[in-house]
Amino acid sequence: MTFQYKNVYLENTATIAGPYEAKGPLAKYFDVTFDDLYYGEKSWEQAEAKMLEDTLELLLQKSKTKKENIDVVISGDLMNQITSSCYSNLKNHIPFLGIYSACATSVEGLIIASNFIDGKKVKNAIVATSSHNMSSEKQFRNPTEYGAPKPKTATFTSTGGAAFLLSNQKSSVRVESATIGKINDLEQTDPLHMGSVMAPAAADTIYTHLKDLNRDISYYDLVVTGDLGLYGKEILIDFMKEEYQLDISKHYNDCGIMLYDLEQQKECLAGGSGPVCSALVNASMLYDYLKSGKFKKILWVATGALFSPQMVYQHQNILSIAHAVSLEVAGE
Amino acid sequence: MGDEIMEKGKYEKIVAKHKPTETRAQNAFIAFVTGGLIGAGAQLLTELYMGWFDIPKADASTFMLVTLIFFACLFTAMGFFDKWVTFCKCGLIIPITGFAHSMMSSGLEYKKEGPIFGIGSNVFKLAGSVILYGIVSAWFFGLLRLIIMGG
Repeated sequence: MTFQYKNVYLENTATIAGPYEAKGPLAKYFDVTFDDLYYGEKSWEQAEAKMLEDTLELLLQKSKTKKENIDVVISGDLMNQITSSCYSNLKNHIPFLGIYSACATSVEGLIIASNFIDGKKVKNAIVATSSHNMSSEKQFRNPTEYGAPKPKTATFTSTGGAAFLLSNQKSSVRVESATIGKINDLEQTDPLHMGSVMAPAAADTIYTHLKDLNRDISYYDLVVTGDLGLYGKEILIDFMKEEYQLDISKHYNDCGIMLYDLEQQKECLAGGSGPVCSALVNASMLYDYLKSGKFKKILWVATGALFSPQMVYQHQNILSIAHAVSLEVAGE
Repeated sequence: MGDEIMEKGKYEKIVAKHKPTETRAQNAFIAFVTGGLIGAGAQLLTELYMGWFDIPKADASTFMLVTLIFFACLFTAMGFFDKWVTFCKCGLIIPITGFAHSMMSSGLEYKKEGPIFGIGSNVFKLAGSVILYGIVSAWFFGLLRLIIMGG
């Protein structure tokens, strides 16, 4: 399912990034970075919620707008019951939609918001997401102080909050089109190799998007996937070649790889993951590139592993999904 | 199962092609050396306790175990034992330090949820299986011993 939009603009973004992200190559593009993973709170979950609350506050400040002027907030994260999104949105008291597509949540939000705006149901919307390395480790894996060894294919959940303000008022970057992805299953069961879980979903969505809009991959200055990591990226390139005879390698990168300096930051293993991973990259550096005209067209394909530890223990496969959104420099 | 977008065998081949090789020999070597150092240190400690307190070996072994558990827990609480575990891997996980560390890290992680719903119900999150099957197998082999050797 692919949509094209006439009248949806990305008015502003806000990013707050954690200590590992602040050591990465994108540090200078973030609005705020912080050192203490507790973020001045008492637990990882509370830290994540507070971080997202501050991101929303920052977005309103940067956009010089009041919360009363925002029609709807669409937000999601990795925590059970999307806790971070719910708790961080209490204070603003803006009409709220909570969503979940694992690490593809951000783009799911952008698609819903863009359809609302293009359909003239709302005049603007905030899309927000967060993830926190420690709260995710605690919920999905082992206690954070355990330090269990991981294989090279494992990814590293990014810490941060990212928020986007979409509006029907013209600004320099617009949401041009979007593709809703389908749930895929190629019988992958290794939660420490999410790149192999998600690559087929990314391939499916990229192919569908290009086919639906009759575009060549070279239409975009850059196609970025969310969090496939070093090995997932290679798998996707091969997948596109084998199945669709498309060579994407020249126009393609992965946000999980872009967010960190993987040569130096060995703890990040195959690269970043989590819903905020691709949201941080797109809301900071890539948004700057679009505003300055360095890039004209970007296809952001957020990839999500619909991973449930219970289902994996019950020997079920890990499902995956990818949603795509095309961001363009708005013409005169 | 939905409509598969690629034949599974074909996809498995692509995944396998891009699977990095883990440094198993290096991991095993590090674990062998660090685990060995802990073993040797523990042996030394046992001998020292025997000399210092003039106690039999069995008692000195207990003292030694308590010492290792204490330091593993202390270092976990101080926040750097997880980095040692990541480096030493089974060198620190297999000895009693790993067991103590698994309980301490679980306890710390669920401290904020309180003594009952937090620490109480989660402290055995990682170690519970070891304890359960340890006790069951001890009972089973004890029974075998009784039947075969008469006690």
